[in-house]
Amino acid sequence: MSKNGSHFKVLFRPKAETFRGGCGECQTSCQSACKTSCTVGNQSCER
Amino acid sequence: MVAQGRPPSPCVLCPVIRREGFIIFEVSRVIGDIHPFEVGGRRFLLSVTTGALVEVDEEAWDLVQRLKDGEDVAGHPCLAELAELVAEGVFSQGEEELWIRTAREARGRSVVKALCLNVAHSCNMRCRYCFAAEGTYRGERAVMSREVGRRAVDFLIEASGARRNLEIDFFGGEPLLNMAVVREVVDYARARGEETGKRFRFTLTTNGLLLDEETTRYLAENMDNVVLSLDGRPEVNDRMRPLPDGSGSYDRVVDRLLSLIRRRGDRSYYVRGTFTRHNLDFAADVLHLSSLGFKNISVEPAIGSGRDWSLREEDLPRVLREYEELAVEMASRGGDFEFFHFQIDLERGPCLGKRLKGCGAGTEYLAVTPAGELYPCHQFVGEAEFLLGDVFDGIHRMDLVRKFSDADLYQKRGCPDCPVRFYCGGGCYANAYARHGDITHPDELGCALHRRRVECALYLQAALRERG
Repeated sequence: MSKNGSHFKVLFRPKAETFRGGCGECQTSCQSACKTSCTVGNQSCER
Repeated sequence: MVAQGRPPSPCVLCPVIRREGFIIFEVSRVIGDIHPFEVGGRRFLLSVTTGALVEVDEEAWDLVQRLKDGEDVAGHPCLAELAELVAEGVFSQGEEELWIRTAREARGRSVVKALCLNVAHSCNMRCRYCFAAEGTYRGERAVMSREVGRRAVDFLIEASGARRNLEIDFFGGEPLLNMAVVREVVDYARARGEETGKRFRFTLTTNGLLLDEETTRYLAENMDNVVLSLDGRPEVNDRMRPLPDGSGSYDRVVDRLLSLIRRRGDRSYYVRGTFTRHNLDFAADVLHLSSLGFKNISVEPAIGSGRDWSLREEDLPRVLREYEELAVEMASRGGDFEFFHFQIDLERGPCLGKRLKGCGAGTEYLAVTPAGELYPCHQFVGEAEFLLGDVFDGIHRMDLVRKFSDADLYQKRGCPDCPVRFYCGGGCYANAYARHGDITHPDELGCALHRRRVECALYLQAALRERG
């Protein structure tokens, strides 16, 4: 896989606070995104 | 020390065996957190709860598969390296307890932050897959009055508590059939926002037929986002999106839509198509939209069953393959346009609330009919048992609001074990209801599509980062 013979290559490792985060005051994009798609849970908030 | 020429003493090897046993125990404990998947000939492991993405070679892939199958992995050459990643917290299952607690604590505490205003229950097109029955929602044709529009703004302000940022989406039917009320609501909301300290964000969804010079200018300047309906290639679009006289709509709308996005400059928009079993090769439609100059594209599966155009179980392999081919093509192009479902921001993703509950329908997000009735979202409009109240007297079905409030992904069938649960939020309540008559029982076909889209999105992120 990698030059040093590793079998695993970590590509992304989000900070814990990013994965948990949420200020509760996001400028929501999810409702307008609802018109774009029925699934919005992967869309970032616009703060 | 083992004397040469003699068989090794079991006592000497015991610590080694015990250590390997401990490693196997540790990695087995988190194997449920590891979701292995392949896209574009590459193999990845996603940590379900930390969001970490790891690319692996064939040997590491073999180890994970064997652990998943409960096989003996003693002596596997990749075991120690996987154990290191577990020790570093790349793979973990500890976080989820906190999330479950957070989800429970959040129940019943949300405020309304967005309204979908169906300003026109009428449409100037006759799309065959329309969930809203040509814009009427199985009722009479109607347009929203200025009074209802203004009252909806007041209701939103009152129901939003201390929240500052609010959203109003103009929808229909076709909202351009009632532009006078769109303008009225925008002016009124801005004035009330000044008085109350609220900030409004406006979105409008349109088929583009009525986009004249003045309307284009107005939408370019006043809408924070526009969603523009177009399915892709001319023959695909015209088959499902005819005008009332049966003729195609493609040639009538394309230039108008392009004119609007050019006028908007950098302001956000999406051109939004729908695919059916008549165009399972929908990646070609995405690429067609890109070739026209659209940079923000979404093409969604049509909702519904039992029709000639409805997706069926047997279509699934083809659709999943199509998503993969699209992702590989986008990677090869270096990401020169955005596809809604492949957008995942791994550095600054959605907040926990959205990860656990998705769109917020029925609690944070409500739809308003031309008469002022309130429903959990635009897709529930016209379903009598989901009528929540109205903008004049407020919500009287608090039992329904609680039902939606409680319906986080931990309450939904299949979601707690789904590897992409934190990139979904539990799926669409309306699709679940349409398929199973139960908002907590997600549509399995939709789940399979979304799982593959997330995998393709992660692959694309990895590929684009490599290109810098």
